[in-house]
Amino acid sequence: MTDPEEMTHPEKSEAHLCAGGRAASAPLLGHDSEPTLFELSEPGRRAWQLRTTKVPEAPLEQLLPEVHRRGAPPALAEVSERDLVGHFTRLSHRQFSVDLGAYPLGSCTMKYNPKVCDEVASLPGLADVHPAAPASCSQGWMALLVELEEALCAITGMAGATLQPAAGAAGELTGLLLMRAWHEAQGQPRRKVVIPDSAHGTNPASVTLGGYETVTVKSNARGCIDLEALRSVLNTEVAGIMLTNPNTLGLFEEDIVAIAEAVHEVGGLLYYDGANLNAILGVVRPGDMGFDIVHLNLHKTFATPHGGGGPGAGPVTVSRHLASFLPGPRPRRVDPGVDGVGARYEWTTPQRSIGRVHSWHGNALVLARALTYILVHGDDGLREVAERAVLNANWLRKRLSGTFDAPYDRPCMHECVLSAVSLKRRSGVRALDVAKCLLEEGFHAPTVYFPLTVEEALMIEPTETESLQTLEAFASACDRIVARAGTPEGAAEATEAPRTTPVRRVDEARAARSLVPTYDTRR
Amino acid sequence: MVVPCELRYTSDHEWSRFHEGRVRMGITDYAQDALGDIVFVLLPEVGSRVEQGGVLGEVESTKSVSEIYAPVAGEVVAINGSLADAPEKLNSDPYGEGWICEISPVDSDAYSGLLDAASYEQLISG
Repeated sequence: MTDPEEMTHPEKSEAHLCAGGRAASAPLLGHDSEPTLFELSEPGRRAWQLRTTKVPEAPLEQLLPEVHRRGAPPALAEVSERDLVGHFTRLSHRQFSVDLGAYPLGSCTMKYNPKVCDEVASLPGLADVHPAAPASCSQGWMALLVELEEALCAITGMAGATLQPAAGAAGELTGLLLMRAWHEAQGQPRRKVVIPDSAHGTNPASVTLGGYETVTVKSNARGCIDLEALRSVLNTEVAGIMLTNPNTLGLFEEDIVAIAEAVHEVGGLLYYDGANLNAILGVVRPGDMGFDIVHLNLHKTFATPHGGGGPGAGPVTVSRHLASFLPGPRPRRVDPGVDGVGARYEWTTPQRSIGRVHSWHGNALVLARALTYILVHGDDGLREVAERAVLNANWLRKRLSGTFDAPYDRPCMHECVLSAVSLKRRSGVRALDVAKCLLEEGFHAPTVYFPLTVEEALMIEPTETESLQTLEAFASACDRIVARAGTPEGAAEATEAPRTTPVRRVDEARAARSLVPTYDTRR
Repeated sequence: MVVPCELRYTSDHEWSRFHEGRVRMGITDYAQDALGDIVFVLLPEVGSRVEQGGVLGEVESTKSVSEIYAPVAGEVVAINGSLADAPEKLNSDPYGEGWICEISPVDSDAYSGLLDAASYEQLISG
């Protein structure tokens, strides 16, 4: 790896850093917060107008029985179309997004989503097909789904897949239901699932939802699973272990083969949480490490949109002995045709299927985007995604190791976990304050206070899509924040950040202690 | 960090005080500082029995959810119900008004087996 010292250009002015990428973007126009639609409301104002027709008007009493009529009109906001559009446009301009600037939110893989994927998903031949169309009328869609299943199996080293789960956590639950079905089919139902202390919070939640008990196993000083501690909790009550590799510290579980052997020895299964697959894409396959069940977050590794309320997709791939338990119906190629021409597909439900985990065939247009991403990159391109993601994270780790503490001084994978512990001791400025200050600098904040095993954690995942110039701009912003914290006034200012955004520091504690989830429209 | 010398401690950052046959417990100043603003406390039920190290309840802060472990085995005989409306007492007065519950221990020797203030202080400075 090139020494970061050689790659930084302290003599360059800020303006020069625009060449090669403009990372810092402040979308936050104006210094006041946007009022709600109710505050904009003016009695009698409307955003709609009905055409005059020759249909005679009938009194409501004649059309609806009293039991179905409300006593008073609903208290909706009364605004013009102009005000309505202005309101939502202003809100949209105040959003930070992956399309706008660097979004190093660790563990979330907020990479740029290529527009070609959206273009494919909007093709009428895909977008306009009704999910209830018979197989004879949706052969193209089925070919796409089979091809994606095969690609995901090839990438993860697995034998079968379901594309149904709606996102990561839905994939986790699906995986645990598969684990349960498999043990029950062996005539050996089990009670416990092992999870490392550095795991994503969804893992223990899914374990509980799947009807299992969580057993936590501690990490060692190198940030990986303590093999002896693991062996001490393994027995025939353990259904399996859920692991993220690289783990949430961005570190590769070096003992993974020994871990797999130990878990398999007691008859348990290995579940791979695909949250961090971006680090190993095309380099190593979970199947080769000994995993039995894998979930993938298409919105992370395969660059499909990250929700915002929109649909996600969390396909699950499994090894051969679990394939007959997969959710159904699954698309199946019954005739390969000649070079794909004349291929024929049908829907089948695996013999011992756990049943549906989503209506229809999952969030299909997200699946179309993911296949596009895979095909556009190809084998070599996917490997390069992982290599660049790891390179970028390590470059930042080295570049920032003087700015913050580096609790694990070893190469990381796709993200690095630093700590603001020394900064806090010196100045009282905490990881949370650094995150808020970064908003003022025009960057999205990194993940803070996760994983829980690192005090004052800052978890930074630059992803492969940010340029060297962007990384340097981000690092310089961190340097400035830490330098400013060196004076008492600067430190005090940091604890009040962000001060230049429309919504300033929110009181998270008060919001959680006295939660008011409703808005009184009459006030 | 405040570590009162008359209390006993666990490596899970909880304090205990033995008084009139009961062990009153809570989380330490170090714990409340590390957790940050505490927003919710899930208390055990009075009358429930716990093993030493067994889960008593949960403390939720703006950063995380952590379990509370029983410092000694026994029966829960009192809980600090005021925490339901004022979980911030764990931050403002962890050794006083922020106490969590009282346990009637099965074995009163278990208390003397807990860490003393000097050992706990060493633990958090290490």
